[in-house]
Amino acid sequence: MSQYSEKVMDHFAHPRNVGEMENPDGVGKVGNPVCGDIMNLYLRVKDGVITDATFKTFGCGAAIATSSMVTELVKGKTVKDALAISNRAVAEALGGLPPIKMHCSVLAEEALKAAIDDYMARQGKKTE
Amino acid sequence: MNPIYMDYAATTPTDQRVVEAMMPYFGEIYGNPSSLHGFGQEARAAMEEARAKIAAFLGAKPAEIVFTSGGTESDNFAIKGVAWANRKKGDHVITSAIEHHAVLETCRFLEKEGFRVTYLPVDEDGLVDPADVVKAITDRTILISIMHANNEIGTIQPIAEIGRIAKEKGICFHTDAVQTFGHLPFTVDELNIDLLSASAHKLYGPKGMGLLYIRKGTRITPLVHGGDQESGRRASTQNVPGIVGFGKAVELAAATLQEEVVRLTSLRDRFIQGIFERIDGIRLNGHPARRLPNNINLSVESIEGEGMILSLDMMGIACSTGSACSSSSLEPSHVLLAIGLPHELSHGSLRFSLGMYTKEGDIDAVLEALPQVVGRLRAMSPLYAGKK
Ligand code: FES
Repeated sequence: MSQYSEKVMDHFAHPRNVGEMENPDGVGKVGNPVCGDIMNLYLRVKDGVITDATFKTFGCGAAIATSSMVTELVKGKTVKDALAISNRAVAEALGGLPPIKMHCSVLAEEALKAAIDDYMARQGKKTE
Repeated sequence: MNPIYMDYAATTPTDQRVVEAMMPYFGEIYGNPSSLHGFGQEARAAMEEARAKIAAFLGAKPAEIVFTSGGTESDNFAIKGVAWANRKKGDHVITSAIEHHAVLETCRFLEKEGFRVTYLPVDEDGLVDPADVVKAITDRTILISIMHANNEIGTIQPIAEIGRIAKEKGICFHTDAVQTFGHLPFTVDELNIDLLSASAHKLYGPKGMGLLYIRKGTRITPLVHGGDQESGRRASTQNVPGIVGFGKAVELAAATLQEEVVRLTSLRDRFIQGIFERIDGIRLNGHPARRLPNNINLSVESIEGEGMILSLDMMGIACSTGSACSSSSLEPSHVLLAIGLPHELSHGSLRFSLGMYTKEGDIDAVLEALPQVVGRLRAMSPLYAGKK
């Protein structure tokens, strides 16, 4: 289906970092109010740097591709830099998304934010 | 792997024999059928021959066939035309929740014009209960419109009975037969039909070509004004090549109809049985027995339809889905909602529709490919975790 860019199709056909993570440092589980899809994002963080990220997604081709891309984008970034990743940045990294599919990239951004929030909350607890 | 097309319910390839039958009517016999000269009359003769063939196939009279631009126009014409023509008699229309958008949107349009519309529910197999039709009828009811077979889930409605109810009450009965015309054997009298919509491109004819059967004596207001064509019921110079092609397509369909029903039914059942043996967590949508010979509609748990379509497309297999993610409105299919499918299962719906060129080998290739696709997507799904 040509509505998607080659990059999107590549990440859909060969998604990076699929799966649940054992003992993650942060988990984001979000649902998409628009069409009802679900994304789980798992983060491993060492000294404030994201060393690994994986996902599980129930959603369309764009949702899977954006999940895959967001895990790639955050790896090696500090938590602070990762927080600055917007859904637009994810979509751009994929060579763009059809307008009707932009909400799927919002899901990826929200999952990332939720995972980082979760990480922060766990950190907060540890330092208390 | 050769590409495998299993989306015949969306459209069919135009049969080469149909294309050949149409060819002379572009450059050689190009007259306007309304013209009195030889050029026009030759075109008219071909058009009337096609009309007669199609009428005979339906058990109708040639004068009861009006050619249109397709199934959508026919539905619009039937519903608006009857509503407008009978406005003094009443203002109530009965239809079902699972009609094609061409019927549903037209009914919504009429509601804005002050008509009242009852959208009958269906059961979990997609059947309309004729008893519900009886209950919905009031003395203001002027039209009942129920599709012959559903384009998504393939359920065939008890049309003969609904038609009989309408007839007894003296109410006009329309059916959208786009999925059954040329695919199931029937006549308009057997099914008590007053108006019937059909489309040529669903039976190996050209696109942009349809018809509305209008039983003699039916009061109907034209949709398109501006000429006397089609006995004043639809203005516009007729699409002569399209009409000739439509006639040829019906002739070809009629010749093989019985065998095709048997052949496709057996391919369909091979598909359904095979897929249930190979994939867990699936369900068949639509009635198990009262269904189109060429329709398979499945819901696959825990995964989404667009992803399956994309994956199958990469393997050269074409089918369709009722998933919210693949619709422009981001709403799940109204048909799947009407049969009570939970959101998650409508997400994972897939429709395979078979046709003239589908062979047993194609079925087996899809039975091979689909479990791989499902396995791959389920491995990514947070909903499948832990299930076995
Ligand atoms: S996840 Fe539903 S449209 Fe992308």
